[in-house]
Amino acid sequence: MMLFGWLNIYAAVYNEEFQSIFDTSQRYGKQLLWIGTATLLGAVILFIDERFFATFGYLIYGIIILLLITVILVGSETKGATSWFAIGGFKIQPSEFSKFATNLALAKYLSTINIRLDHLKTKLAAAAIIGLPAVLILLQNDTGSALVYGAFIFVLYREGLSGNFLLIGLFAAVLFVITLLLQDVTLTLPFELTLSGASLLIMVIFILLTSIYFASRQKKKIVIWLGMILIASVGLIKSVDYVFSNVLEPHQSKRINVLLGLESDPQGAGYNVNQSLIAIGSGGFSGKGYLEGTQTKYDFVPEQSTDFIFCTIGEEWGFIGSFLIVGLFMTFLLRILFLCSRQRSAFARIYGYGVAAIFFFHFAINIGMTIGLAPVIGIPLPFFSYGGSSLWGFTILLFVFIKMDADRLEVL
Amino acid sequence: MKKQLESRRFVIAMIFLAVGVIYVARLFYVQVLDDHYKLDADNNVLRRIVKYPARGLVYDRNGKLLVFNEAAYDLMVTPKRIQEPFDTLAFCRLIGIDKADFIEKIDKAKKYSRYKASIFEKEISAKGYAKIQEQLFNYPGFFVQTRTLRSYPQQTAAHVLGYVGEVNAKKVADDPYYKSGDQLGISGIEKSYENALRGKRGVERVLVDVFNREKGKFMEGAYDSSAISGSKLQLTLDNELQQYGELLMQNKKGSIVAIEPKTGEILALISAPTYDPNLLVGRARSSNYKTLTQDTLNPLFNRAIMAKYPPGSTFKSINALIGMQEGVLSPNTYYSCNQGYYFAGRKMGCHVHRSPVNLVYSIETSCNAYYCNVFRSIIEKYPTAAEGYLAWRDYVTKFGLGQKTGIDIPNELEGFVPGTDYYDRYYGEGRWKALTILSLAIGQGELGFTPLQMANMTATIANRGYSISPHLVKSISDEPLVLIDSTLERRETGINQEHFKEVVEAMAKVVKQGTGTLAKLDSIEVCGKTGTVQNPQGDDHSTFIAFAPKNDPKIALSVYVENGVWGSRWAAPIAGLMVEKYLNDTIAENRKWIEKRMLEGVLIANSAEEEE
Repeated sequence: MMLFGWLNIYAAVYNEEFQSIFDTSQRYGKQLLWIGTATLLGAVILFIDERFFATFGYLIYGIIILLLITVILVGSETKGATSWFAIGGFKIQPSEFSKFATNLALAKYLSTINIRLDHLKTKLAAAAIIGLPAVLILLQNDTGSALVYGAFIFVLYREGLSGNFLLIGLFAAVLFVITLLLQDVTLTLPFELTLSGASLLIMVIFILLTSIYFASRQKKKIVIWLGMILIASVGLIKSVDYVFSNVLEPHQSKRINVLLGLESDPQGAGYNVNQSLIAIGSGGFSGKGYLEGTQTKYDFVPEQSTDFIFCTIGEEWGFIGSFLIVGLFMTFLLRILFLCSRQRSAFARIYGYGVAAIFFFHFAINIGMTIGLAPVIGIPLPFFSYGGSSLWGFTILLFVFIKMDADRLEVL
Repeated sequence: MKKQLESRRFVIAMIFLAVGVIYVARLFYVQVLDDHYKLDADNNVLRRIVKYPARGLVYDRNGKLLVFNEAAYDLMVTPKRIQEPFDTLAFCRLIGIDKADFIEKIDKAKKYSRYKASIFEKEISAKGYAKIQEQLFNYPGFFVQTRTLRSYPQQTAAHVLGYVGEVNAKKVADDPYYKSGDQLGISGIEKSYENALRGKRGVERVLVDVFNREKGKFMEGAYDSSAISGSKLQLTLDNELQQYGELLMQNKKGSIVAIEPKTGEILALISAPTYDPNLLVGRARSSNYKTLTQDTLNPLFNRAIMAKYPPGSTFKSINALIGMQEGVLSPNTYYSCNQGYYFAGRKMGCHVHRSPVNLVYSIETSCNAYYCNVFRSIIEKYPTAAEGYLAWRDYVTKFGLGQKTGIDIPNELEGFVPGTDYYDRYYGEGRWKALTILSLAIGQGELGFTPLQMANMTATIANRGYSISPHLVKSISDEPLVLIDSTLERRETGINQEHFKEVVEAMAKVVKQGTGTLAKLDSIEVCGKTGTVQNPQGDDHSTFIAFAPKNDPKIALSVYVENGVWGSRWAAPIAGLMVEKYLNDTIAENRKWIEKRMLEGVLIANSAEEEE
């Protein structure tokens, strides 16, 4: 059980990290409690029959959906998000568990015999399973957690969703960014004609598509596709401005602008990232040493025990430490992928991919934002960030898969 | 189909790996390659707290304290910490400013930084501070920082001591030692001995958290340094003599410079009118400075080192010495004087005295005709007037006249002895001769010397032929200046010592029975020479040079009293009183009437501006 070993390492690193920040042991103590219960939880899960999850997948999903709805109605509010149930001194965040439930339900649905993702109906059903909790979490004002559900596209892709969706997603993202970058660009042409950046982009795409058309041999077949891409692109470009200023909240658009370097606001929206980079950057090659991190110790980095936990590692352990963490996550993720591929049951395999996708998304966004490569989205780094619900959530998510893996020979 | 989907896991793995590699690369760049985050981190967390040293104290030659440091208080503000509601009106009343001022100052502070403290109101006195301190807790965001201000307990020697002020932008740019807001000497001793007086700043590095709260010393203070106080300066000035001189010169314009001949130490350097150096301290400095600059009597102008006066008849002693050294004059040379010297249909007038005149008598009675003859014989000894003039001029400059003495306060002027080019330009080359420039014989004409140069010249006569660079500082941190300052030197005149005998004898007679009898003391033999400086703008200036005692001179001085007419009337009695004060410490009863007359004399009613 290599995975178990890694987990222990995680837990150990995790412990130490928390000591480094919380000498006054309040949060640290709480977290220890969470770790204890999480371990217990993991152990319990290992005793539960794998079929339990397969059987009750939809039920668990249903309960979670109900909880998500309840939390919107009666939950306590923290930092603008209504995502918590307060029970005594502890708070529970159902959205952390809904990832697990969604993954379970999705795996169950997709592993049903005769389900094929190239059917539109299947696509819609899968989208609904993923979309429902995402929308509910959005309603809780927790955009970050909702975005995690986007990670399931990897699962769908693996299970047969056309690769074009990935490409289209990528293409749309690139277009979005380019449009933002060009929004202030105006080209002055002869004859007193001016060309806005957006129009310029459309022209470039048009020329590009036309040349593809002429270069292609199956002209008739491709022309519809190209036409659709053109129309979609134009629509996207034209709507970027609208989305940016009307759909996104001001702080979100600002964060995106800061990330793209369009706006510099080290005291405001860019403060988090700037301070985070300073903390990580000042760690140097070998770090300042355990407990010696001045930036994190003196609270220059906001939210450093939760979303910006990586800063502490970066500052105190330097490049060696952060390289180790990234390396560990990589190994961990690839290990899960490897385990997935050896699953015999489709249910376990799909579930495994879901686990990998969720972890990957958290990892990529969380670390990415601390080093200024991803927009600031408040989601935790699995097993590192403070927070009981997320730890429990990740534990359940992972251990259920471990259990499945352990039981793989019994299945079928 | 199945197979194809199977391979998709590699695509996913590739995406994962790609992100991992990109992150590691980025981390490597941020953490290892790029240094500026480390600096930013230090800026975040480290605060340099500058420890200002106490500026050096200044004493007079007898150990009397002239300058010390007094606590003053700067009101500081951190704009971000100001809390609403803020009673602006009450606050303004407390500080003593109006609302417009308040807004301006707050804006300035905000412009500097909202998070860091900056000075809101500078240099509040101890009294004002007591009042403010009681109320200050009502105004979060404001606090008081102590610093020191210069204080001048003797209220004297403003021109010598100079003043301290805030460093200007240019200096900050030129000299890395200074930071904006620092104090430094701007004039006088404060400026010229800035490096000794300022001491050495200390630095303390403390760690602060995001709310700027101190979290302890950086590296346990390993990089901290404590402030080292400025060096103690002992001046050559005699505080009592300086104050007495200022008193004598009250309500008059002019200057007194007194030097100890053997050492070049300046005992008193007075420029009248003067001002209280305490005026140029603290909050009131700029307004007081403005008042002083607008005063038509120009009290900020240091006449002792910047005003140029012709030497007048006092210069006859020098011409006598030059004549003897050139061999054109001996103690037994007689010239007749018939109320003047007649040449080319013109006349250089003289007063009524007996004739013919020998050297000693010529000085005693200040005969103009005698020196016209002497000057002419010096110039005409040479083939051309220009050569003769240059030879004469060479002696004059060797007396330190027409060139900077190198005194250790800034802004000294050179004075003026014309070169041949000056006359060439004025009269045409080769078209002038001794008679053309005859007014030089009696110390008038184009000559312009500072009172300091005249005092130095007098010291040279007192020393019978040499002078020591005049200076104002006796020791720095008890180390004598002569050992530190290599620019102090003995300057020879090139005139044989024996020639001084007759001149000194004559100068003694001037005081004993000649034009300077008001400088005569019963106990001490004083040597002197009166002068009356022609002043085209108003009444002539009264001047007198003197040294005493005759055979072992302890003090040499020059006195200029503007619009005092004859040297005998104001300058001579003042010089006499100065000598008496310095050597005897008290003024003899039989001379009290002179003192009274000098103290009460008012000569500033007719205040035309003569000096440049």
